[in-house]
Amino acid sequence: MATTTVDAHAHDSHAHEGPKGILGYFWSTDHKVIAQLYLWTGMFMALIGGLMAYVFRMQLAFPGKPVPGFGVVSPVEYNALVTNHGTIMIFWVAMPVLIAAFGNFLIPLMIGADDMVFPRINRLSYQVFLLSAIVILASLVVEGGGFGGAWTAYPPLSANPAYNLTPLGATLWVVAVALEFVAFLLGGINFIVTLMNARAPGMKAYDIPMVCWMIVIASILFMLSVGPLIAGAVMLLFDQTLGTGFFNPAVGGDPILWQHLFWFFGHPEVYVVLLPAIGVTVDIVATFSRRKLFGYRLLLYTAVGIGVLSFFVWAHHQFIAGIDPRMANIFTVTTLLISIPVIEMFFVVFATMYGGSIRLTVPMLWALSFLAEFMIGGMTGIYLGSSGSDIYLHDTYFVLAHFHYTFFPIAIIGGFAAFTYWFPKMYGKMLDERLGKIHFWGTIISFNFIFIPLFILGGLGQHRRIYNFQNFPELAPYQPLRVVATTALVVMLLFQLVFFWNLIKSFRRGVPAPKNPWESNTLEWTADSPPPHGNWPPDQMPVVYRGPYEYGHPGRESDFWPQNVPPAREA
Amino acid sequence: MDFTLPQASSYAGSIDGLILLITVLAGAWLLLAEGFFFWLIWRFRARDGVRTQYLDGTEPHIKKWISRPHTLILILDVVVIVAAIRVWVNVKQTLPVADATIRVIGQQWGWVFQQPGADRQLDTADDIYTTDDLYVENQKTYHFQLQSRDVLHSFSVPVFRIKQDVVPGRTITGWFTPIAAGTYDIQCVEICGIGHGVMGGRIHVQDANEHAAWIAGNTPTVTQ
Repeated sequence: MATTTVDAHAHDSHAHEGPKGILGYFWSTDHKVIAQLYLWTGMFMALIGGLMAYVFRMQLAFPGKPVPGFGVVSPVEYNALVTNHGTIMIFWVAMPVLIAAFGNFLIPLMIGADDMVFPRINRLSYQVFLLSAIVILASLVVEGGGFGGAWTAYPPLSANPAYNLTPLGATLWVVAVALEFVAFLLGGINFIVTLMNARAPGMKAYDIPMVCWMIVIASILFMLSVGPLIAGAVMLLFDQTLGTGFFNPAVGGDPILWQHLFWFFGHPEVYVVLLPAIGVTVDIVATFSRRKLFGYRLLLYTAVGIGVLSFFVWAHHQFIAGIDPRMANIFTVTTLLISIPVIEMFFVVFATMYGGSIRLTVPMLWALSFLAEFMIGGMTGIYLGSSGSDIYLHDTYFVLAHFHYTFFPIAIIGGFAAFTYWFPKMYGKMLDERLGKIHFWGTIISFNFIFIPLFILGGLGQHRRIYNFQNFPELAPYQPLRVVATTALVVMLLFQLVFFWNLIKSFRRGVPAPKNPWESNTLEWTADSPPPHGNWPPDQMPVVYRGPYEYGHPGRESDFWPQNVPPAREA
Repeated sequence: MDFTLPQASSYAGSIDGLILLITVLAGAWLLLAEGFFFWLIWRFRARDGVRTQYLDGTEPHIKKWISRPHTLILILDVVVIVAAIRVWVNVKQTLPVADATIRVIGQQWGWVFQQPGADRQLDTADDIYTTDDLYVENQKTYHFQLQSRDVLHSFSVPVFRIKQDVVPGRTITGWFTPIAAGTYDIQCVEICGIGHGVMGGRIHVQDANEHAAWIAGNTPTVTQ
């Protein structure tokens, strides 16, 4: 059998380590505590990133007017805000929430292990991550202000303080990003090893819940793609601080080299965060459609296919960057071909809904809206992956709206889907469904009102990272569209108050959650809510008899069939 | 508000045509998929006493519902790839014979345009230098040589649908043929520092007489 139980002796040694006090939390090796630390740090950073968006969107809608709570936005501040909004939302929100928080929480619970295989490496991963978050926040307040060269940090602008005028901000930005990569390498190793080695007896490769597979495939993609960028980050750091010229054409370097290193990581990174969101969606859709997942292996293979293909598409970010124009043809072909496995995934989810019995709970609404919104993001990607139309649309607000239609569903919608689905397990309380639905509709409707106007503006030739469009005669007349987008953003941020109210209400007087509130099949729902340290009593560790999606099995009274129920009891 | 953008270069129409093609093909798919999706939510909503179907997607007669749409997606991809590459090769990969060559130099935070004076030769003593305003003649094919003095910039004229990054240490050559007289925006579209938001310019597409007069009036007097 390919599976073993986790080493029980190693675990006993820290069995007494429940979190004690605030410091105890930061020193815990329990995967659930680390997951919560990642989750709340990610949510705090999301708040910061969201407020940054508020400030620069207000500047764009009402240029030059003081922004309530911030003041007049200078061009330096504008550049720093858009740069760090992007950086924070990807590296300090999407990755910690989707991969680190839910990876940590779910992988041991879903595979029936008592903890990660390397609990101390896990703790170190969070501590390095926390340090990186402190460094990126510090970079905003140092002398000269935060780095303002966009999240892509193209040199020579990012490499030379004489050009970017933020010597400290730019250096701290690179250091923070590099530290974040270290944290996720440590975490990723843990996910992969845990999934491979610590599964419950009886859990074969195709019995693993899809979200665990997706997080692990994402971790593998991250490990394979991040190396070149870490090398690039060190070179950029040397260019900034030691006066080397890796990216400086005046001394024989090449600024476009950075772009290759960055996007060789940067495009797989899109799928690094997409796959966990797909995993979350698939698990939720199967549960609330009460259907067996249609084509488990197909879905798994398409995820691997996406992973492999994602290493061959990076230069579609560089069609007009000065690369050999003939290269664009090759990358147009590979980029459009990636639509095949991505659409395959959507077909699988649709086929899973077909013939189901769909319950529109709050987590299900989030999961379904992920599908509906991401399809728009995927379809608009075709304009940008096809070289001919990218000549015009590159670096416009069309690109911006496109990737927000992918990243918002991934990070925010996917995050809320996972959070509302596993919250009862995490905290032992139910969330309020009515408040959850108000929060859902408020967020989703305003989200579309933010970015549909931006699609239109992009189509009209409005380009990114410009702090005041009144300077451009062709763009100045479209101010009402910018006001609509900004208003919608403010509405969306206000609706997050409903979410926090729901949380407070649930923590204070929420209905206690049963073990398995959603009647789901996977192992985490057999543990207590919330699970104790070690997840199950040592003598009651789960044993697996079947796949995770046995809903509506004919010949059974109940429409679900948990993975750990012995077949004999059914006879 | 006017939601149309003039097509002021010879290839603007072909790029717009490609965008339209994608809108029709992929847009039809998107509408179909979203429609089907919402139909699924409605059709298979939870109802009392209705049991779910138990299918795991391994039977061939069920799998075809996934594999057939897939072939259609592949066909769509191929059509778009062919159309995209045709446009790309025309705009970026070939250089038609030029009537004139100009040089576009980006720097923090403005554009310098260098173009031939009355002698119609670039890099001679009577070259005309302008800042942020570029004057070109309608219906003439121009080669532009992009250079940067400091960081990356990107030269974009939305009404021409042209865009090309400007890289320090390199000279990147491209082309355009204006087809509609008028004055249009130039934007720098690669973030280039604090002044990126004001690094705009104007391109003035002039009729032949007008342009000849402009050249004559602005050619510097060269002492032999």
